[in-house]
Amino acid sequence: MITLNINKKTYNVDVDPETPLLWVLRDVINLVGTKYGCGVAQCGACVVHLNGEAVRSCVTKVSRAVGQKVVTIEGLSENNDHPLQKAWLEVDVAQCGYCQSGQIMSAAVLLRENKNPTDKDIDAAMAGNLCRCGTYLRIRDAIKLAADIQRKG
Amino acid sequence: MENTKTNYSRRAFLRSSALAGGGLMISFSALAKFSPADKGIDVPDQWYELTGYIKITPDNIIKIYNPNPEFGQNVMTSLPMIVAEELDIDWSKVIVEMGPHDNVKLGPQFTGGSNSVRMYWKPLREAGAAARNMLMQAAAQSWNVPVEELTTKAGMIYHEKSGKSGTYGSFASKAAGLAIPKGIKLKDVKTFTIARSSKKNVEGSKIVSGKPLFGLDYKHEGMQIAMIHHPPAFGMKLKSFDASETLKMPGIKDVFNLKLYDDGYEQAGFDTRTFNDLLVVVGRSTWEVINARRKLIVQWETISETKETVNGFGGKQVVTIPAGLESTETQIQKMQERAKEPAKVLRKDGDPETAFKNAALVIERTYTAPFLAHNCMEPLNFFAHVTDDKALVVGNHQAPGWIEPTLSKVLGLPPDKIEIQMTRMGGGFGQRAYGHAVTEAALISKKIKAPVKLIYTREDDMTYGIHRPMYTATYRAALDANKNLVAFHVKGGGLPEHPIHANRFPAGTVDNYLAEGWELPTNITIGAFRAPRSNFNAAAEQSFLDEVAEAMGKDPIDLRLELLKRGKENPVGKNNEYDADRYAGVLKLVKEKSGWGKPENKKYNRGVAAYFCHNSYAAHVVDMVKKDGQPYVERVFSAMDCGIVVNPDAATNMVQGAVVDGIGNAFYGGLMHKDGVPVQNNFNRYRMIRIHEAPKKIEVHFVQNDIDPTGLGEPPFPPVFGAVANALYKTEGKRFYQQPFKNPQVNNNRNA
Repeated sequence: MITLNINKKTYNVDVDPETPLLWVLRDVINLVGTKYGCGVAQCGACVVHLNGEAVRSCVTKVSRAVGQKVVTIEGLSENNDHPLQKAWLEVDVAQCGYCQSGQIMSAAVLLRENKNPTDKDIDAAMAGNLCRCGTYLRIRDAIKLAADIQRKG
Repeated sequence: MENTKTNYSRRAFLRSSALAGGGLMISFSALAKFSPADKGIDVPDQWYELTGYIKITPDNIIKIYNPNPEFGQNVMTSLPMIVAEELDIDWSKVIVEMGPHDNVKLGPQFTGGSNSVRMYWKPLREAGAAARNMLMQAAAQSWNVPVEELTTKAGMIYHEKSGKSGTYGSFASKAAGLAIPKGIKLKDVKTFTIARSSKKNVEGSKIVSGKPLFGLDYKHEGMQIAMIHHPPAFGMKLKSFDASETLKMPGIKDVFNLKLYDDGYEQAGFDTRTFNDLLVVVGRSTWEVINARRKLIVQWETISETKETVNGFGGKQVVTIPAGLESTETQIQKMQERAKEPAKVLRKDGDPETAFKNAALVIERTYTAPFLAHNCMEPLNFFAHVTDDKALVVGNHQAPGWIEPTLSKVLGLPPDKIEIQMTRMGGGFGQRAYGHAVTEAALISKKIKAPVKLIYTREDDMTYGIHRPMYTATYRAALDANKNLVAFHVKGGGLPEHPIHANRFPAGTVDNYLAEGWELPTNITIGAFRAPRSNFNAAAEQSFLDEVAEAMGKDPIDLRLELLKRGKENPVGKNNEYDADRYAGVLKLVKEKSGWGKPENKKYNRGVAAYFCHNSYAAHVVDMVKKDGQPYVERVFSAMDCGIVVNPDAATNMVQGAVVDGIGNAFYGGLMHKDGVPVQNNFNRYRMIRIHEAPKKIEVHFVQNDIDPTGLGEPPFPPVFGAVANALYKTEGKRFYQQPFKNPQVNNNRNA
């Protein structure tokens, strides 16, 4: 039995410790906001926070999450009100929407570390997240708007 | 389950079904995507239905069904906006739900060909107007006043003379019992307040909070996970397998092989299959199945040439699937050889042979493009639960009405025993118009007698077929001594289809014109990819025209406008598909908005292209610079004419996305083969455009008119390739003929 702390809740799961965190989240714990896109840490659809750092859950063994704090898109905010979530809605970023939870989770780490990111900062931080629909310009706009929202409290 | 009241029988509905999509909904099997609770509204248990698209409660809660599958083109928002406009309600209070699959009640329900808004524009307006009229009739009866004296506003009905007013909801019960009226006068489009103004994506908050929306997110009690172990190469098939090690792995329930289609099965147009003998692993969870599948010991063998009977939209035809293990080099070689042979004449105007013979200058250029993988962010997957007497399939498909007859045949169930529920799709781009994943899931469920989710890994999705065909085309232009364009010739071919649209620009603008096409069979399975054929043509033709303009000493926009003027005033030949005025319109608009020719833009290497497809017109100006030694598209100006724009900000988003997609595929896109094996099998090898490669700015302008809406998902995509090619010429000082332009891995260093 493996004990996990996800979104401030404790879960006991009976899985092979080698199982990627992604599939434990999706198949066992039923938190499906974290997406499968490539399985090889190339697309960023599966990004979650492990002790506040962005990790690719598709290549993160569940054993690595033991004793750590895992946050998924479902736990990013209490009421869907993280500045990034607000900004994503305001800018209306999504097209198909599949990659967007991973985008937001990557952006959340950027925004915590850098209160006022430039386009260049955003490009560097977000280059690991693919969007097949091509919403990159709106992702930049939304991150800058979120930074604004964050600054204004 | 909701309780829906109606006084009508299905028979009665069918009598009044001239109104496309009118009718009754006896029950609603919900994916429960947009429950009223999400809007902080108590869930009502009593709904009255007014046409198949609208339900209203006595408390005036109004629900609109989106009929069409959503794959990111935003129809979940834009189609209900059209209904709401004619119904005259408060958009902020509308509940939107994905409709059930029912082509009788809800129309064609097909996402593809940039058709969603175009084909639903009139039926949805009529449905909204009819429902409004039914509510007004009910109010008129209750108040005993003439219906003509009533007005509506935002879900309320008013009778000014008596001072009476009431909500739609208070008349819903009575209205639901009325016949659906026909021929109700529609609003003047100039007065629209909901449609033609930007509305946010109704699923936005679910997307940003990670709610289960997609096929891969769907869960069902007792659901098993299945994966197919497919041959490593096109041109191979299953010979034998040993599953003993796989079956010892934890969580594994079963390993078996089954046939997708029986021998002699007549395929429908979208029944494409890549491999008919499926080797299936079924287990408890995704990771366990992925792991166990690796333990299979399989013998593969090469295929012999086969014939498939396909009965698609173009009629019945027999398609040859050749044997052999294809490689990119041999594919190119085969195409080059075939291109030298005569081809089928698709259109001929004047006397092109003589014109070319007498020309002062002939320009001839050959363009190629590789196979492409769709690479939707959500890999293919589908849920199925098939029992002896019925089937439920749930997932992401662009055209449920096309897959239903196939399921009926392969499962041996009548169509009314097959329920298809549509989830949001994590991208489609044409890939999800094909039914193989649905059929496979259904057959697996039938075999294991349990609910099952078939999942493709990224590698399965990228290498398993349904790719954009490989194309080539040779363009020739004849100039006379005065550098006038006197003849134009295109000869195009591909594996396994040619790309030519013979009746499109510049057809109709040149006296002597010849279009030809040839095709070669391949065992690489192909399918529609965002703007099929156009996505190659626009690249080739629009960069060729740029070169022709240069040879003529003309500005590339001016040359196009001159040709279009000719095409309007004195068109050559018949069946020209495009409207020369609207085509010129987007060029003029992009010229103005981009400041074409203005000195302040000199620092950019500019490329222009325009194209017509899916009944719409698109033009782009691409501004390229060098960044870190590499060509980079810094700015793009886009002009679109797709008639009325229902949701302008969402439409802008789609055009911006198409531009990014176009730049990415023009620079990097390509799927190669080595002895039948796809060389690119995941995103570490298949290069996709990333955020730092996306432009800083994409400015989108729509031609303002009141023409009924036409397509938008595809039209902006093809001309991006041409504009990029033309800007690249300015940046690098040489022309690029082979796509992708900047991916030596795919293009054998031909362009690097």
